[in-house]
Amino acid sequence: MVDNCCANGNAVMILACSGGSNVGQIANQAAVELTQERFGTMYCLAGIGGGLQGFIQSANDVPLIAAIDGCPVGCARATLRRAGIESFRHIVLTELGIEKNKNFELHPQDVRRVKEAVRAACAEREGAALRTAFGGCCG
Amino acid sequence: MNIKVLGPGCPKCQQTERIVKEALAEVGADAVVEKVTDMLKIADYGVFGTPSVVVDGEVKCVGKIPTKEEVKQWLKR
Repeated sequence: MVDNCCANGNAVMILACSGGSNVGQIANQAAVELTQERFGTMYCLAGIGGGLQGFIQSANDVPLIAAIDGCPVGCARATLRRAGIESFRHIVLTELGIEKNKNFELHPQDVRRVKEAVRAACAEREGAALRTAFGGCCG
Repeated sequence: MNIKVLGPGCPKCQQTERIVKEALAEVGADAVVEKVTDMLKIADYGVFGTPSVVVDGEVKCVGKIPTKEEVKQWLKR
């Protein structure tokens, strides 16, 4: 028996648009770093967009989703809504004052700002309770 | 009917398997219950967490222990 199999005991699902601009890639980098910092777990938005059933069911069952969009086009938001998922925290980088461009220069201070915004957007979560409620199977 | 319980084998995974088997017995359904503990095979289902339950190829729940009533509903379809 596995004593510590907590496969994704961290209940925050982080979805980034990961789009083809600086803000898309900053969103992606923020999602990566938040995962590395164990705030949540980055997950495949493309799997949801592709209609893969396991991904959509996962998004339906997870207690909290943080969707990070680079710009107001809102591809992450649209992808979730198309899959029938309406409940999620939404962060838009351009609304944080980060200008969209195509130079793909990712500034660490922008990534930090996005991470702070994600943490703030998810602040109402009851961290410990969510962790117990989802996925952590060591209960 | 084929039911897979995805999870490496900790207490919550075992509880999920037990609930599935109890639901099957109570409904009288004929099904094969498989435990999938290989994390690479679990990843093939795209699930975000475990335990998860798959009924005839369809992921029914992810990252939580289903109730027996939920399982019975899945068996009806």
